[in-house]
Amino acid sequence: MEAFTKLTAIAAPIDEINVDTNQLSPSRFSKTPRGPAYANILLHDARFNADGSEKDYVLNRGPFRKAAILVTGRNFGCGSSREGAVYGLHEFGVRCVIAPSFGEIFLNNCYKNGLLPVTLPEDAAADIRRQLRERPGAQVTVDLPQQTVTDPGGKLHRFEIKPVRKRCLVEGLDDISRTLQYQEAITACEARDRASRPWLWFNRA
Amino acid sequence: MNQPLTLFEKIWTSHVILEEEGEALVRVDLALIHEGSFHAFRVLDEAKRPVARPMQVYAFADHYVPSTGRDRGAAGVADAGLREMLALLEKNTARFDIKLFGLNDEHQGILHVVPPELGMTQPGLIVAGQDSHSCTHGALGAWALGMGASEMTHVLATQAAWLRKPGTMRIALDGAPTAGVTPKDIILAVIAKIGAAGANEHVIEYAGSTVAALSMEARMTVCNMSVEAGARSGLVAPDDTTYAYLEGKQYAPRGAAWQEALAYWKTLPTDPGARYDREVKIDVAQLSPMVTWGISPEHAAPVTGTAPDPDAAPDANKRAETQTALEYMGLAPGASLLGIPVDHVFIGSCTNGRIEDLREAAEVARRGRAVVPAWVVPGSAGVKRQAEKEGLADVFRKAGFEWRDPGCSMCSAYNGDELQPGQRCASTTNRNFRGRQGRGVRTHLMSPAMAAAAAITGRLTDVREFMKA
Repeated sequence: MEAFTKLTAIAAPIDEINVDTNQLSPSRFSKTPRGPAYANILLHDARFNADGSEKDYVLNRGPFRKAAILVTGRNFGCGSSREGAVYGLHEFGVRCVIAPSFGEIFLNNCYKNGLLPVTLPEDAAADIRRQLRERPGAQVTVDLPQQTVTDPGGKLHRFEIKPVRKRCLVEGLDDISRTLQYQEAITACEARDRASRPWLWFNRA
Repeated sequence: MNQPLTLFEKIWTSHVILEEEGEALVRVDLALIHEGSFHAFRVLDEAKRPVARPMQVYAFADHYVPSTGRDRGAAGVADAGLREMLALLEKNTARFDIKLFGLNDEHQGILHVVPPELGMTQPGLIVAGQDSHSCTHGALGAWALGMGASEMTHVLATQAAWLRKPGTMRIALDGAPTAGVTPKDIILAVIAKIGAAGANEHVIEYAGSTVAALSMEARMTVCNMSVEAGARSGLVAPDDTTYAYLEGKQYAPRGAAWQEALAYWKTLPTDPGARYDREVKIDVAQLSPMVTWGISPEHAAPVTGTAPDPDAAPDANKRAETQTALEYMGLAPGASLLGIPVDHVFIGSCTNGRIEDLREAAEVARRGRAVVPAWVVPGSAGVKRQAEKEGLADVFRKAGFEWRDPGCSMCSAYNGDELQPGQRCASTTNRNFRGRQGRGVRTHLMSPAMAAAAAITGRLTDVREFMKA
């Protein structure tokens, strides 16, 4: 997994709340194997007309085409568990999403793919989006080790993240290798279950 | 005396392998996958890992199966893309020895309909599904949660998951629903009250006198939409309804094992005095049949109500949100919901594709004739057989509804079952998100009875008017 430490990049504001994963990655593209095609699947119906021409959407405007950070309304990524939503952000070049809250499955999908979700209070996120609208192309710095976001005006916002999620992102660690070192504990736990709930195990190899 | 625990805490505690830095490695009893899990198999291959416990993984052909032409088996799948997705699932499950309920299986169906139907989902289990509506299984007193491809890869490789312990939220549903008010109306009212992010980072336990009186299938409808309120899981404590539902099912324990299991299940309900982090109360007797007017399941109102007026919104954000929703839905501020014309009706999905849902819809369908295209898609082959046996399929056909083959169909539109831009659908599904049923398609969520009524009148209709006729 790609590591995430510190990023200074153009940030794009998306004011809407409840941007769901159907919008982030419409169902009809879901047969697509992971790869560069996901860059244009991202928010496809908001960004493109039916004939493929571009709509007037924030990510189609000048500097925001190069945005690597999104600052959005609350409950970003709610809905379907489809990981295409994260593949799209990643292929577009987005490495960090800042929002007042996230859909929980999407949040986990971000962590597992090296994309940093940052939770900031409603007011702070709204204020950063205002700055980004007023100064298109302005940069935001996200420092994961320090757990800070520096907005275009230079104001520092501290954010919280579970220590283990931070460590995995900073080191680019994937969870499977982390788990396999505990194989003995898993086997022991299964053995306890086999003893206490034997009816679940009669047909398991 | 031991500290009183909630149902969820009991399941959690008995499955924790170890805790590390605020997360727990938790043992998973059942993993459920579908055609879309091809991403997970790819990651598994990249990690060069086998499937750790194939006997605890079940696969379902549901998202990408066509809803017609199935009597011809794979040859009836006209779309090459769909055929490839089905073949990929067959190949991946075969090489890892995973049981597949494939296109032609007698138990084919939606991954949230089939496992309860066969008795796989049982109280006290942890069920991980690669689909956000995995919360459906919570109705049987299991802790069931949806996840993406990467988390599922981890489950396949280890039969465990790293999880943060969620907060607990008790939603007390009390009172008897009045005529025309179904489980779907109850959960839409819950979501309208607490919001689409109202239960984020919490597991919901539905309790109260209403829930105690609900059938198992009704509880599934309620739990199914927990994720639309932001909760990854929603559950109901097992009781006599649960045990009666499970007894004799194919995957349920039998004989002495049944007695052992039953004794364990009876230890699971929340202890008296156990604390929840949050509590919400709903008076079910006050509810009316609900429909959604907007683009989030929280945009729901009584069918006798109106679409909101953005100018009456409490703040600028709510105003903008309401405007966006009304524009997409093609509704005027303050528009009456009754009488909105619909182009299509869809009855089915993991929310409302079970036999009780079809009985409810057929009861209305037998009173008229569909004036717009109306599809009925059973949630499983088992539901389809049962509905045909009971004569419901004939009722639907006679009333001009299309009786189709089981799967997710137009709920998620993965299989190409979608409508045209601007079309309006009365739907028994779970999401009215923009584009969910096709690009630019407008979805109104409602109960099976309300959807059947909309098919007969061609408009959003109060099913209670129909019941008088």
